[in-house]
Amino acid sequence: MATLAAVAGGSIAKLGFIKNDVQAKDNSVPSNEVLSQHQWAMVIDLRRCDGCGHCTEACSKEHYLTPGITWIKVYELTGSLGQKYYLPRPCMQCENAPCLRVCPVHATYKTPDGVIVVDQNICIGCRLCMGACPYAARYFNFKDPPTVPNTLPKPSPEWPVPQIRGTVGKCVFCIHDTRVGKLPACVTGCPMQAIYYGDLATDLATNGREAFKLSTLIKSNDAVRLKEELNTKPRVYYIPGHGQDLNF
Amino acid sequence: MDNVYKDRDKLQEAAVRPIVHSGRRFRIVALILAIFVAVGAGAYIYQLIHGLGVTGMNNDVFWGIYIISLVDIIGMSYGGAVVSAILRLTGSAWRAPITRLAEATALVTLIIGALFAIIDLGHPTHIWRFFVSPNPASPILWDIVAILTYLLATVLFFYLPLIPDLAICRDSLGDKVGRWRKKIYTVLSLGWQGLPRQEKYLNWGIKIMSIIIIPLAVSVHSVLAWLFAVTSRPGWHSTIFAPYFVVAALFSGVAAVVLVVAGFRKAYHLENFIGEKQIRYLSYLMLVLGVMYLYFAFSELLTEGYTLDTTSVPVLASLLYGNYGPLFWFFVIGGGIIPVLIVAVPKTRTVTGLVVASALVVSGMWLKRFLIIVPALRQALFPVPTQSYSGSFIEWAILIGALAAIPLILMLVFRVFPVMSIHEMEEVEVKKSERQPELASGLEQA
Repeated sequence: MATLAAVAGGSIAKLGFIKNDVQAKDNSVPSNEVLSQHQWAMVIDLRRCDGCGHCTEACSKEHYLTPGITWIKVYELTGSLGQKYYLPRPCMQCENAPCLRVCPVHATYKTPDGVIVVDQNICIGCRLCMGACPYAARYFNFKDPPTVPNTLPKPSPEWPVPQIRGTVGKCVFCIHDTRVGKLPACVTGCPMQAIYYGDLATDLATNGREAFKLSTLIKSNDAVRLKEELNTKPRVYYIPGHGQDLNF
Repeated sequence: MDNVYKDRDKLQEAAVRPIVHSGRRFRIVALILAIFVAVGAGAYIYQLIHGLGVTGMNNDVFWGIYIISLVDIIGMSYGGAVVSAILRLTGSAWRAPITRLAEATALVTLIIGALFAIIDLGHPTHIWRFFVSPNPASPILWDIVAILTYLLATVLFFYLPLIPDLAICRDSLGDKVGRWRKKIYTVLSLGWQGLPRQEKYLNWGIKIMSIIIIPLAVSVHSVLAWLFAVTSRPGWHSTIFAPYFVVAALFSGVAAVVLVVAGFRKAYHLENFIGEKQIRYLSYLMLVLGVMYLYFAFSELLTEGYTLDTTSVPVLASLLYGNYGPLFWFFVIGGGIIPVLIVAVPKTRTVTGLVVASALVVSGMWLKRFLIIVPALRQALFPVPTQSYSGSFIEWAILIGALAAIPLILMLVFRVFPVMSIHEMEEVEVKKSERQPELASGLEQA
């Protein structure tokens, strides 16, 4: 157990953005070149997911989301043999993102580390991106978000807290945390360790307790991506295991 | 020729009567419409303060009455413009008394329809971003460019044929109108004196605009269709959508023109100039478009449904025999088949019958846009239940306010501008009497 934790701890540090202390000192934003050294990804092990919904809760709490808004949503689904299974759905952070193309004002864009974010100070709230997203991962803030304590960092597209009413928000892979070596709220919030956060560039993935070579984790478990036929190239992989086809 | 000149006085009198006299009935109708508009405006202010949370929309059905009405009301505009343009280009003499009404309808409905794009925005104060960081790849940007270009064209298309009439108003109304309107006539008539040179350039300009406005109108409705068709959603992702929307717009647009023409004909006693013939011919256009539309609708349903594709079948099932079945069949029968039959059967082809048919088409096509937008959104992207949608009071109030604004603005427009194109009607009649002198006397009966 102790060794596992050590391995996991070490890999989180590797995953993380190393210039942690530099950032803290002068509060400067790292250059695009430095940021692009990581390409964040996720692997979700459906064999472990029991549908408890702790990931959703942890995410909503972390980002002070309005009740009803679920940046990571757990679907309860039925396979072709009648078997029940659960499918947590964060944003897929598509490499070929349809939402990004349709935004009329460039409010949504891709960060150098491969995450789709929304600048809510630009978003006009037309909601065409919600129509374009094949995974229903985007949420419009119809109502005011809960009030946030004023000790939180200043809002930014990477840390969109509090959300702005009248604009669209979405899962940002917690890059404000992962860039400094912490894991996303949903990963640490999952009691089943079903969610792995990973980096395609350094080829590592961890759920906080175990660490794997990301490519091996994907290949050896026959992990799949959702709606592959749409050519969106998601960065979220699913490990099936209930005989489900994951073909929606 | 005597006949024509005698008619000229009558015609002028009828066309400018609403400018000179308003009367009690005008004021009562205007007041009622203004109350609806005020309630709608109040509802919008309420929405601005409290956000889109006051609507019935949710994160599953994130587009509702506003986008439905955007597509629907801009569609009406299309009918007015294209009907008038096509009839001018083909030289149909019967068009003359209704072109002004058709062009004004096109302009007013376009402005009201386009407002819904702004009403629907979650954060309208960020709208200036369109000018700072526009994304040319976004269908919304195509929409803005197309609508603004078309708006400019519609203004010109309304204005150019108006110039000689403004000169008539300037010269003949004298002290019957106030200072402001006199000034408008003087400035906007651009020194029109009916010189042959002026006539030549004006006709040239109108002809050019008639040609330009057709592709522009097609572009507006195509990009509105692409708003939906470029997504990968079942029920929206369809290659047929652009022409489908264009025909839908023409269909409901011609119906809207019939309603406007019939309404103003009755209210302003224009029966001597706008005959049943005009309304009947418009209805024939509507018949052709209606049949075309039903053909498109059938073709879309057949090709989507035949393969039993897992993504599109649930949407089709909800339309044909599911949740939205009653509404869908109400549209097919009430908004499609019945109006087409009313126009097709000679016995029901009376003014009342045609007005009923047009009203059915206008409301049926609104319903059709609802059926395009909402059931596709209710069909979740994962096989799970979704939240339902029904418009809130705020949404309905804004819609009713906008619908009331259309006749109200038209009434106000014809307080300033002649309700019929005096110049064009004279021109058509002179041409006719030159060609067939024996028919000139019979014109009034036609």
